[in-house]
Amino acid sequence: MSALFGLLRKETYHILRDRRTLFVLIFMPIVQVILFGFSIRTDVRDVRMVIVDPTPDATTLEIRDRFAAGGIFRILGVSPTASPLDHLFRTDTAQVALIFEPRFGEHFAAGDPAQLLVITDATEPNTGASRQLYVNAVIQQYESERGRRAGTVQIIPQVRSRFNPTRESTNLFVPGLMAMVLNIIAALMTALSLTREKETGTMEALLVSPLRPWQIIVGKVTPYLGIGFISVLAVLGVAKLVFQVPMEGSLALLLAEGTLFILVALSLGILISARTSSQRVALLAAMMGTMLPTQMLSGFIFPLESMPRPLQWISIVVPARWFVFIARGIMLKGVGLVYLWRETLVLAAMTLLLLVASARSFKVRLQ
Amino acid sequence: MTSPAASSAIRTNGLTRTFGAFTAVDHVTFDVRPGEVFGFLGANGAGKTTAIRMLTGLLTPSSGEAWVAGHDVYRESEQIKRDIGYMSQRFSLYDDLTVGENIRLYGGIYDLSRAQIRDRTERILSRLGLSHTAHDAVGALPLGWKQKLALSVALLHEPRIVFLDEPTSGVDPITRRQFWELIYEAAHAGTTVLVTTHYMDEAEYCDRISIMVSGRIEALGSPAELKRDAGASSIDEVFVRLVRPELAGGGGPAK
Repeated sequence: MSALFGLLRKETYHILRDRRTLFVLIFMPIVQVILFGFSIRTDVRDVRMVIVDPTPDATTLEIRDRFAAGGIFRILGVSPTASPLDHLFRTDTAQVALIFEPRFGEHFAAGDPAQLLVITDATEPNTGASRQLYVNAVIQQYESERGRRAGTVQIIPQVRSRFNPTRESTNLFVPGLMAMVLNIIAALMTALSLTREKETGTMEALLVSPLRPWQIIVGKVTPYLGIGFISVLAVLGVAKLVFQVPMEGSLALLLAEGTLFILVALSLGILISARTSSQRVALLAAMMGTMLPTQMLSGFIFPLESMPRPLQWISIVVPARWFVFIARGIMLKGVGLVYLWRETLVLAAMTLLLLVASARSFKVRLQ
Repeated sequence: MTSPAASSAIRTNGLTRTFGAFTAVDHVTFDVRPGEVFGFLGANGAGKTTAIRMLTGLLTPSSGEAWVAGHDVYRESEQIKRDIGYMSQRFSLYDDLTVGENIRLYGGIYDLSRAQIRDRTERILSRLGLSHTAHDAVGALPLGWKQKLALSVALLHEPRIVFLDEPTSGVDPITRRQFWELIYEAAHAGTTVLVTTHYMDEAEYCDRISIMVSGRIEALGSPAELKRDAGASSIDEVFVRLVRPELAGGGGPAK
């Protein structure tokens, strides 16, 4: 065990003495939170809609048909009461709810204000706002075709933005940012530090020694687990202090899930380093294999719902996709493991799979 | 079961390693006696490094047999690792760690006690005249000192056998001499030394040498024997005579 301890100490020295890299690793998360604190516009399709219609009649049926036919909304169901809504939003089943007031059709036919409540899940504020606009557009068109003044249907824009009441886009970015930063620290830095030892030849000295391969790997990656954990805290701290990002759920659960995600990234880094022999190749592989998918296919910036199907399928193998979902659930919706166990299991399975794969290709004997 | 190599430090029998169609080491058979300084000579690409890698457990042989310190390289690589030291062509110390930290790291890896590490650090530093640089990063040392330090670190756990792969490449003649003094000291202390080199003058320092050409051992014996058998006045001449037919035939890989 003292051999392992010696390795850990040595790796810690490497990290602490490379001042510039350390500086970048510590300040990057903070700089990124601040940079990404500004929003990016997004577009929507295939919005999951629930309709509450206490008194169905010809008018409400017609309006329902309009929404069903437009191609933008997909109606999941119609309920006579609003009671199931909370559950549907919390589980991310529904994204928009239309609630007709009782006797909506009578009011509309009489030319009286007919009230329509639209609830949008604004966990993602920009998409939430544009969904709202689409709803307005459908209603306005209906009004004009029926020869009614605009505003006959009183759309109540009580966009009770469900889980992101302040509608700060930062809230949305923070989980994705954590995934980005952790990929850089855990996957990229690990891959680089392992391939560096191959390049300098010190890896041979370690492999010829009585150290077991697992000791070499544990000794190399553990310090990065520590740095990754510190970065998660830094991102959350800055997000809280500068942008007042909420923490609806359990911080402990989020940190545990964060650690699990670090493990996925570390195993990916080990796998990359096992398959490459130079830092340059490892760097490119880590960029292609972790950074790019995390940025593009995790739902961090671009909503997965509006992507072509094939990309959505590919996103299934991107670990960040699952982590972003989990972190948003915990931070913005306050949900617990009861709702997140499936995603957690996916991450755990990915870690296991990657570790097995890298253990197989990490060569005790070189070449 | 006593191993067939109990009386030898290293013994190989038909040891072979191929990479695809290329045979890097071709049925090599030799025997290194305990306490001997055994030289492995050859041009670049002759197969010296590949042979060493098989003996140190970094590479699996394609065929043939080999025992190191009495242990079978196929089945007992863990035991071999405890009994050997290794210094690769590519320098095995960490540039960003200090001299003392490098020694302590390898001491820990080889399970030395704190007291042993302290004593040996002291001994190495005073032997190399590096006491005043114990707290300097290794990267700041001149190459010659790095090499001597790397050798001392490879010997830190007092291995039975030490493998030195072109340890003197790129250093000046005076440093090479000092380096060989360290090698002799280790040999006198009972460590078997297997050293590869392409400096022919260094071959004269070895008890016995083998000359590898294109993966095969073409000559093996003491420097005096080889010179006598070839009717040559120097090892350099022996070497050139062995290598020239290959080059004339156009078959040998240049690298």
